[in-house]
Amino acid sequence: MLTINIDTQLGELALHLNIRLPMQGITAIFGRSGAGKTSLINIIGGLLTPDSGEIILADEVLFNGELGILKPPEKRQIGYVFQDARLFPHYSVRGNLNYGNKDTDSAHFDRVVKLLGLEHTLKRYPASLSGGEKQRVAIGRALLTRPKMLLMDEPLASLDLPRKRELIPYLIRLAKELKLPIIYVSHSLDEILQLAQHMLVLDQGKIIANGPLQEVWDSEQMRPWLDAKEQSSLLDVTVAETHDKYPMTRLALSNDTSLWVNNLSPEPGTRLKVRIHANHVSLCRHSPKQTSIRNIIPVRVCEVFESVCGENVQIKLAIAGNYLWANITPWARDDLQIVVGLSLFAQIKSVSLTESDLASDKTQVSHT
Amino acid sequence: MLTEYEISALMLSLKVAVVAMLTSLPVGIACAWILARLKFPGKALLDSLIHLPLVLPPVVVGYLLLVSMGRKGFIGEHLYDWFGISFSFSWRGAALAAAIVSFPLMVRAIRQSFEQVDLRLEQAARTLGASRLRVFITITLPLATPGIISGMVLAFARSLGEFGSTITFVSNIPGETRTIPLAMYSFIETPGAEAQAFRLCAISVIIALLSLMASEWLNRKAQQRVTTPC
Repeated sequence: MLTINIDTQLGELALHLNIRLPMQGITAIFGRSGAGKTSLINIIGGLLTPDSGEIILADEVLFNGELGILKPPEKRQIGYVFQDARLFPHYSVRGNLNYGNKDTDSAHFDRVVKLLGLEHTLKRYPASLSGGEKQRVAIGRALLTRPKMLLMDEPLASLDLPRKRELIPYLIRLAKELKLPIIYVSHSLDEILQLAQHMLVLDQGKIIANGPLQEVWDSEQMRPWLDAKEQSSLLDVTVAETHDKYPMTRLALSNDTSLWVNNLSPEPGTRLKVRIHANHVSLCRHSPKQTSIRNIIPVRVCEVFESVCGENVQIKLAIAGNYLWANITPWARDDLQIVVGLSLFAQIKSVSLTESDLASDKTQVSHT
Repeated sequence: MLTEYEISALMLSLKVAVVAMLTSLPVGIACAWILARLKFPGKALLDSLIHLPLVLPPVVVGYLLLVSMGRKGFIGEHLYDWFGISFSFSWRGAALAAAIVSFPLMVRAIRQSFEQVDLRLEQAARTLGASRLRVFITITLPLATPGIISGMVLAFARSLGEFGSTITFVSNIPGETRTIPLAMYSFIETPGAEAQAFRLCAISVIIALLSLMASEWLNRKAQQRVTTPC
């Protein structure tokens, strides 16, 4: 557990934080630019000193304003990957990687180099690397210090889309294979959905939400951040079976509810997280017959929100222990007489996978 | 090719300039770092003091050295009593005068290069577990090398040309303090020695050219690695 309870004034921005973050998996810090995201991880990393308060990592006090304890960054054992890779131009890739490496045996080095695919760059200098390669070296350099925790400040922000796609699978492997807690700053919800299990939302130096990704995602605090295009639901599923006739895979939501998607590679039993855009969900009062849509699931209306400009209505639906969001028009709402508690059928037009299969670029699986 | 007299003046000049440059280098780096990186009350005063020899007439510097560092000077007296070191009328005094006069040039060049070193790289090094000292030695200093080299060359060249404070402080003693500029001055003062003066003039020009070319070459080598931003 990382406990942060601090107060600090940074120019215009006042940071008042009292949070606990898990020491496992990827924790995303989300917010607009200027919300204090980078300041927060600079405080964790020791690059910025808060005015008062306390920071405790596991059971080690990193900062305590009252007792005058302040661990300098080099004593914190916290890795930091910056938005710009900040490689040392006068060191080769090998030199950069080994800068903070205290291990004498090379097994860990070889493992990190292999994990990040850096085998062929070791003798080169940073100036000759591509943006994605630089960022991978920066990640490897931080990993080789054997940190207790890794901070990443928008590590993909300076990269173009192909480079981002190239790097994301490495990040997923990192968190899984090395079991390293990562705090990941981003203003991209797509990245967060693909990577994070825990999410913290910051706005103007204050915590808006903090909790498991799904919980935060479905929470009311999150809704102002998502426009109609981004409004979506996250569902935990288990790979169940493959259709015996068609190349389709069944993903079980619960014992009696499932989703059919285009054939997936993972073995039955694999747990996945899928994302369903609210715009891809339509609602019917009766179970539709003879439709091309394969996924028709009984749901119940939990809440109804009208958007600020009144253009659409967001419906929060209960579905097998999860929540499903649907975007419809006010006209449709009135026609169907949708009220809280009503039982309906949701037609789901497409499902996106979040974590898996990203390497093979099959992020979007349609199946109408 | 060169007369014994010329060789003696040339070797003395080189010795004085090299010693002046090397002994002032650590102090120069320290002052440059302090001016580039620290904020403290009195910084403007320190900055002005370091730059003072640049704007003072060299004869004033020489006079101040004479009254402070001479055998009877308020510092020089103790240095002689306690350590047996004397600057008066010796090549060491010439090197001291050269070091003081060239010091501002050295500090300016090194300070500029420290200011150009990306602080974000130093931060990154700290997060990798490096202490402030290690960051300075492995990141700041190597990245500032081009500026340090030009600072050294500027100081070396200025030391070679030092005249006014040297002749004031340690006089014009053949073989001891008579560097090339002082030797040239002696020839110019002597009727009929224009040819010898001209030869020394040519030697001065050649050394200056050589040192500039050497610094250019060193600088290119150092720049190759440190200029590309990453």
